[in-house]
Amino acid sequence: MKIIVAIKQVPDRDAQIRIDSAAKWIEESNLQYALNESDAYALEEALQLKEKHGGEVIVVSAGPERIGQTIREALAKGADRAIQIDSGDLADLDALGVARLLAAAMQPENPDLILTGLQSEDLGLGQTGVIVAELLGLPHATLILHVEKTETGLTVKRELEEGWFQTIDLPTPAVLTIQSGGNKLRYATLMGIKRAKTKEVRRLAAAELFPPNHAAVPVVTLVQVTLPQKQKSTQILSGSAKEAAASLVEKLKFEVRVL
Amino acid sequence: MSGILVVIEQREGRIARISWEAVAAGQSLASQFGLPVNAILVGSDLEFLAAEVAARGLAKVIRVEHPLLAYYTADGFKLALEQLIQTEQPAYVVFPHTYQVRDYAPALAARLGQVLIGDVVAIGEGPLFTRQLLQGRLNGNYRHAGNGPCFVSVQAGAFRAETTQTGASEVTGFTPTIDAAQIRTKPSEPFRGRSQTVDLGSAQLIVSIGRGIKDAENIPIVQELAKALGAELAASRPICDNGWLPMDRQVGSSGQTVSPKLYLAIGISGAIQHLVGMKGSQCIVAINKDPDAPIFEVADYGIVGDLFEVVPALIAALESQKG
Repeated sequence: MKIIVAIKQVPDRDAQIRIDSAAKWIEESNLQYALNESDAYALEEALQLKEKHGGEVIVVSAGPERIGQTIREALAKGADRAIQIDSGDLADLDALGVARLLAAAMQPENPDLILTGLQSEDLGLGQTGVIVAELLGLPHATLILHVEKTETGLTVKRELEEGWFQTIDLPTPAVLTIQSGGNKLRYATLMGIKRAKTKEVRRLAAAELFPPNHAAVPVVTLVQVTLPQKQKSTQILSGSAKEAAASLVEKLKFEVRVL
Repeated sequence: MSGILVVIEQREGRIARISWEAVAAGQSLASQFGLPVNAILVGSDLEFLAAEVAARGLAKVIRVEHPLLAYYTADGFKLALEQLIQTEQPAYVVFPHTYQVRDYAPALAARLGQVLIGDVVAIGEGPLFTRQLLQGRLNGNYRHAGNGPCFVSVQAGAFRAETTQTGASEVTGFTPTIDAAQIRTKPSEPFRGRSQTVDLGSAQLIVSIGRGIKDAENIPIVQELAKALGAELAASRPICDNGWLPMDRQVGSSGQTVSPKLYLAIGISGAIQHLVGMKGSQCIVAINKDPDAPIFEVADYGIVGDLFEVVPALIAALESQKG
């Protein structure tokens, strides 16, 4: 099975976030980045499928120079090679623009399966995989926890709301967006890290991937970012851990009345 | 361009609250632009449900019916809605932000050269659509440009279902052209995961843990706190993904929805997927080392600090209070 995994580099979950001076996005200098979590699960699923059925795992990612680091991490975990799309900052593209880049880079590979995480931790759009499927004319399924190869294609387990699931049969090639938690994530081994250095990373310029006369004019633009307004006025209980704990017990007893 | 189209989602003959919230969002957009609001239902036998929707003071309720729409598939819904949208030419298409909508609406929008503005929490003048970024740590304001319908899905709880208007609406039908061969996926009947042994929904007190707990080895300290309080133990998704607590203790959009008297959130940052499962709690207490964590936006009481110091102090304070 030839499997492509679309991955995204996102700000690390614990990174301090500051809005930039134009209030368009966040200050990116000194920001720590990491592999988007559900993309890590998509990569894990791909690696396990390859271990079971043979084949190749190719990671594809778009973004500025810094994404090279995240791509190397994916190669260290076991992906065979990578395609890095030099698109600069993705901020000038909407979900359709990003999906067009990814789809154009994937199409010549003729994969049997395309996997990606169900949504990114930064923009949280949750659309990339679904649009890539549409652009490539492939069937898709979202929120997938488990993938099984069958004679004619795939049987996948899809998560629904509130603890419900369903299975879906679909032919390959297909696109799946992977929900977190379906597998246990592996760590890169020292050997893997060493091998990653010699694996192929093909660089493509975004301009090459957009068809001529098809400038990436976004339909939807992020015009401003703001800090969320509080929905409730939170009483912060200050002091040392001991003092804060004591005042919380007071509150729970006399105001919330649950003790 | 004629009006606002609200897509009502039905499951097994029932319309969920979030669809009425989408109607409310559509009606609020309508008041900004003076546009009529139409609603559509997609399925195979919709007479009864259409009557229910028609009581909400809409211009028109459209039954989009076809035997191949009896159960949901992304291919079927995409084809049906694409045809309907081309006929109706709406200025806005408003969806409830459900797992089903997430599965097909981005592709439907892309077919029409559009981009869905998903998971919207507020609609401002312009219109400017607000959605959350970075797991709720920031809000982003989005604008739609260009010709063609603007696709929007609204987050559960963001608009008030009670504000939908009342009054009779005209009911019409629409029969899309769909061929069985165009539907490439075969879904099974939905089924429950392994039997739920823990009913968090009826718990009065809940102690819930998130990534801040760092390691499975640290779970016992919150178990001890839960015991001292007489509370059920729950968790956010990553804890259950890691297998540190069983899946049936998960609170959030993919787990259980709870509304206890007390929800004590420990080391939970408060991503929206978690908040939707617990924001109905009567009292929310958050303990987190990050003062900017979104959990503090919904908390009644907060302690900014290291849970590994606060939780033991809290256990001690509870024990001494019992005397």
